[in-house]
Amino acid sequence: MKFGILVNEGPYTHEASDSAYLFTRAALEKGHQIYRVFFYHDGVNNANKYTEPPQDDRHIVNRWTKLAEQYEVDLVVCVAAALRRGIKDELLAPGFRISGLGQLVEAGIQGERLVVFGD
Amino acid sequence: MLHIVNKSPYERNALEACLRLARPGSALLLIEDGVYAATRGNVAEASLRDAMARLKVYALRPDLEARGVAARVIDGIELVDYGGFVDLACGQPNCQSWL
Amino acid sequence: MSEADQQDEEGGGVVKKFMFVNRKAPYGTIYALEGLEVVLISAAFDQDVSLAFVDDGVYQLVKGQQTKGIEAKNFSPAYRALEGYDIEKLYVEREALEARGLAEEDLLVDVQLMSSAELGELMAAQDVVIGF
Repeated sequence: MKFGILVNEGPYTHEASDSAYLFTRAALEKGHQIYRVFFYHDGVNNANKYTEPPQDDRHIVNRWTKLAEQYEVDLVVCVAAALRRGIKDELLAPGFRISGLGQLVEAGIQGERLVVFGD
Repeated sequence: MLHIVNKSPYERNALEACLRLARPGSALLLIEDGVYAATRGNVAEASLRDAMARLKVYALRPDLEARGVAARVIDGIELVDYGGFVDLACGQPNCQSWL
Repeated sequence: MSEADQQDEEGGGVVKKFMFVNRKAPYGTIYALEGLEVVLISAAFDQDVSLAFVDDGVYQLVKGQQTKGIEAKNFSPAYRALEGYDIEKLYVEREALEARGLAEEDLLVDVQLMSSAELGELMAAQDVVIGF
C-alpha cells in the first residue's frame, strides 16, 4: 500500500506528530510505501532543527530526520504555513524540504490512502 | 471507511459526529485521547455499544496503556497496535480522521 | 518550483474524489482559513472536489462577517470565489444548521443541504477525505 500522511500539529503540544510517526514507521516496517509526509498548520514546526527537548524524552524532530534517512521518506513542509510561522530554509532539520500545498493534493492523488493526524 | 477519532468524548464532539455520519460496515479506531471512549462507564459507552451493532470498533493499545486504562476496555472492542492500525487503513477503501 | 514539483502539479490525469470536511468555526482557530487554502489549490489539479460543513463548520458560511474589531482578515468572500474555480459542491449537514438556529438564507453561498445519513454516504464514497 502507498500511503500519504498529513500532520497538522507541531511536536509535543499535540500527540498528532507522535501518532503520525509511529504509524509511518509501522507501515514502513511492514514493507508499505510512504509516498510523502506533509506538514501543515502548526505541523510545520516538526521541521525546526532548533528544538531542544529534555534528554530523557523522545526527540520528535530528530526521529523524523532519522526515519527520512533510513527509508528515504519525503518530508514536506507547506511553504504558506511555514512562512506564517517563521519556519524558513535555514531552520529546517535534515530530511525536510519546503514546498507548495500542491504537494499535499498530489499525495492524495498518487497515494492509495491519505491518513490525517491532527487536533 | 476507517473512521479515526482522537479526542475524548468529554472534550470534543468528534466521536458523536463520527457515529452520526458513519455508515454500517465501516470501522472505527479510537486513538490518542479518543481511547477513553473505549473504557467502561464513560459517557459514550451507550452510544458506542449501539454503534457496535453496525460497525466494528477498535482502540489503539499503546494509547490505552499510556493512560493506564487498558484493563477497562468495553467488551467487544478489539485492541490493535500501530501495525494493526496500518492493517485497518489497508483493509478499508478510505479513511477519515475526525479532528 | 523545481521541475519535479512542476510535473507533480499536473497530477498525471487521475481524477479522484476529494472531500474537505469542515467542522470548526472561523477565527477561533486557523483551520477554516488554512483549510480553504488547500481547497483553492486543489482546483488546479482538476479533481472531483467537494466541501462538507458539519457541526461548527457551518458557521464558516454565515453572512455578514465583519472582522475590523478583531483586526484579522475576513476570508469569507473566498467561499463565494470557489464557484469561479469550478468548486461548486458545498454540502451542509441540515442537522448542524438547525441545531445552531440557522437557516439556508443565513448563509453567504448556495449550498446543498443534506441529512447526516446522506452526507455519511457521500463521505464513504470519497477517495480522499481531509479534515483540518
